[in-house]
Amino acid sequence: MEKVLEVKDLQVTFTTYGGEVQAVRGVSFDLYKGETLAIVGESGCGKSVTSQSVMRLIPSPPGRIADGAVLFKGKDLTKLKESEMRDIRGADISMIFQDPMTALNPTITIGEQIIEGIMQHESISRQNARKKALEMLNLVGIPNPSERLKHYPHQFSGGMRQRIVIAMALVCEPEVLIADEPTTALDVTIQAQILDLFKDIQKKTGVSIIIITHDLGVVAQVADRIAVMYAGKIVEAGERREIFYNPQHPYTKGLLNSVPRLDLDGADLIPIGGSPPDLFAPPAGCPFAARCGYAMEVCDRVYPYKTHLSRDHHVDCWLQDERAQKMLASVK
Amino acid sequence: MELRKQHDNRNLAPDIPDDWFVPKAKDENEAEAVVRPSLSYWQDAWRRLLKNKLAMAGLFFLIALAFMAIFGPMISPHSVSQQSLTNQNLPPSSKYWFGTDELGRDVFARTWYGARISLFVGIVAAMIDFAIGVIYGGIAGYKGGRTDNAMMRVVEILYGLPYLLVVILISVVMGPGLFTIIFALSVTGWIGMARIVRGQVLQIKNYEFVLASKTFGTKTSRIIRKNLLPNTMGPIIVQMTLTVPSAIFAEAFLSFLGLGIQPPFASWGSMASDGLSTILSGHWWRLFFPAFFISLTMFSFNVLGDGLQDALDPKLRR
Amino acid sequence: MTGYIIKRLIAMVVTLWFIITLTFFLMHSIPGSPFNEERNTSEAVQRNLESFYHLDKPLYVQYGMYLKSVVTFDFGPSIKKSSQTVNEMLGRGFPVSFELGIITLTVAVISGIALGIIAALRHNGFIDYLAMTIAVLGISVPNFVLATLLIQQLAVNLAILPVATWSSPKHMILPTLALATGPMAIIARLTRSSMLEVLTQDYIKTAKAKGLSPVKIVFKHALRNALLPVVTVLGSLAASILTGTFVIEKIFAIPGMGKYFVESINTRDYPVIMGTTVFYSSILIIMLFLVDIAYGVLDPRIKLHKKEAS
Repeated sequence: MEKVLEVKDLQVTFTTYGGEVQAVRGVSFDLYKGETLAIVGESGCGKSVTSQSVMRLIPSPPGRIADGAVLFKGKDLTKLKESEMRDIRGADISMIFQDPMTALNPTITIGEQIIEGIMQHESISRQNARKKALEMLNLVGIPNPSERLKHYPHQFSGGMRQRIVIAMALVCEPEVLIADEPTTALDVTIQAQILDLFKDIQKKTGVSIIIITHDLGVVAQVADRIAVMYAGKIVEAGERREIFYNPQHPYTKGLLNSVPRLDLDGADLIPIGGSPPDLFAPPAGCPFAARCGYAMEVCDRVYPYKTHLSRDHHVDCWLQDERAQKMLASVK
Repeated sequence: MELRKQHDNRNLAPDIPDDWFVPKAKDENEAEAVVRPSLSYWQDAWRRLLKNKLAMAGLFFLIALAFMAIFGPMISPHSVSQQSLTNQNLPPSSKYWFGTDELGRDVFARTWYGARISLFVGIVAAMIDFAIGVIYGGIAGYKGGRTDNAMMRVVEILYGLPYLLVVILISVVMGPGLFTIIFALSVTGWIGMARIVRGQVLQIKNYEFVLASKTFGTKTSRIIRKNLLPNTMGPIIVQMTLTVPSAIFAEAFLSFLGLGIQPPFASWGSMASDGLSTILSGHWWRLFFPAFFISLTMFSFNVLGDGLQDALDPKLRR
Repeated sequence: MTGYIIKRLIAMVVTLWFIITLTFFLMHSIPGSPFNEERNTSEAVQRNLESFYHLDKPLYVQYGMYLKSVVTFDFGPSIKKSSQTVNEMLGRGFPVSFELGIITLTVAVISGIALGIIAALRHNGFIDYLAMTIAVLGISVPNFVLATLLIQQLAVNLAILPVATWSSPKHMILPTLALATGPMAIIARLTRSSMLEVLTQDYIKTAKAKGLSPVKIVFKHALRNALLPVVTVLGSLAASILTGTFVIEKIFAIPGMGKYFVESINTRDYPVIMGTTVFYSSILIIMLFLVDIAYGVLDPRIKLHKKEAS
């Protein structure tokens, strides 16, 4: 399969009055054409920062891409000039944000907000841009679009606004769509509709999607592959089935145990105790060690190396080491 | 399931002693200990304020000004109203630190005496605004519904009144004086505070901790005192730091119109106003000192107010 | 929108009525007659004067007559300058004051917004600090002090600008400068903080994600939203400029309404005080009304009920 996006050892820091925060600490992943990659983790794990860094949208200062590369069609996005980056935003890579209530400008009609994006990237007449906007609104399921173009955001419901935001992001036919918690602010029934819309649109346009979420329910519905982030690192990644049915990292297991499941009737939900480490001073070893039920002496001291379990499935955990396996076997 | 494993950095692993591969000694508190120490809202705000150099400078000036208002007239070797026909309009010197006025009175002593009046006017006006505004806005916001509607209709009408015109009118009617000024400033001054308090209360009263209190059957007055007021305090304090200088400004404005503090008393405003006409004859000190201290006070309150606003704004919390 | 305008219109009329009534009763609560102060008028003359000014009638009759005179826009004769009516004074003074006020407001709004935007875009940079220092100083110095300093430095010491009056554009510079500095500073600070807040909004991020240029983002997406709070203070700024004209007109000897007003205060010329107060208040209240309507037009979210979530 064709690689669309390749993130290599991305490191992002924020300078705050309390010191340097290492929000993203060496993240690598690939995105293939037409697939959906979910980046999962609890709030503050760096998943949003990662996605915004791909678009170079982190507020700078205080944010800074300290190291690493983001390769898109052979170009390293971190090295581009700001004006070159602008040509990519919205045209090649699009992004939608969590809250559809605030993502649209309240004083500009939604028609204008969609059309201005088209006009920015394509040499096209206003009429044709408008036609394109209409088609797109149709595609995302806005009824009576030619009338609705003239309306302001506050005249739409939350679900409708998210459809508009999606239309806005896709109108220039980008190859990558980054969706940062696209359903978190919506009602559960609307969530399902929006997720269906994602799948539908992906089928029609072949766009590759990165979906950022903390909601494993969302992941189960749409993701082809999953990357689990913790404290600024991807601790485990793999195909959806591999992550859901054969999780290797204790954190991934913890996440799965803390989600209600219909297929495991009566099983208790187990929350993960404690909270993530302070990224002002990240621990030398595995950041999850302090909360991990299997933690060994080594975990606090050295960060584990990456173990590949299959073509896609890899995990950063000392439990994969032969000596740990031996120790575990002897304990049993 | 049997999996074929590949280790990326296998060469790293042998360096690590085997005896590290034992279960870690359990420390129950460790998972929690990683968390940063949490600061209360006010501690956090205070810490942020301390970092704001400009706001701290403002606070420092205000303390210094208050100190001088209390002790200044005592430090001066001359009394406030002591006239001296032989020492008229003297420039600042070692004898008269800020010079003298046309009656030979010591401008230094009068400046600090004026500080008392000006600061008094500002602070009392702010306190009255606070008292009326909090009660009125608090009731309107808390009761909501029809009460709120009626009370806000009144505010809406009063809000349209031109503040300084009303102040002038009242001063003309009541005759100039300290009491008149404070009264006139308070008549419409509380409206801004009432609007702010109402807005805050409306917002906060629907928060869960207040609803929880209500379900326990807590009395209204107690909910207002214990739940609502502390949580609306931020914007109220900011508003007060801005009311004080605007009252001092208004007093100076009234003085300029001849409606301010009347002789033999003096405020910064009346001194500056008296000093205006003398500047062309070269007696710059008569305008400079009172005007400088008005400006310094305004500056200090404004930067302190700004600093407080930043420090108390929960949106900026990190 | 129509419902909203009607509601605001009613509120405006009530406020106007309130200020007229307040003015009337305040003025009539002053003990004694305005005629027995300085002049030693005889009993008979005084009674004649009182009947001329209708002061011998019961209060409610006077109130009724006063309301009528306000509605017909006839404020009657001055007491102290018996040859003049209040209307004549307004007719002569208002155009000058209006000119001063409008020029000042324009200067303050344009320069304040520009300063605020620049400061926000250079947030925490040198220009930001410089602009905000100017703004805080502008707020801190009373306008009569500033006016005096300007006269002393620019008109007397350097002699590059005329000292007083309002006779040519050159004469207008100093009064405008003295009067505009305060409002400009307020607008600059407000624009800056509002701009900074708007720039952190999600829809700005969305606009960036669309690949729009910074210029487009600032002027098309941020500015309009950032200026909404600025619009709301325009009414009270107009009020402060208006009261400022009293001071400035007196210092620069500008023959505007403010000068008459200050004189009338000093001589306790009640019809003039009442007339000018009512006139000024009407202007300000109408101004507030227009600002509200403008806000409704600028912010499509406003339909019937006003900003609840500000």
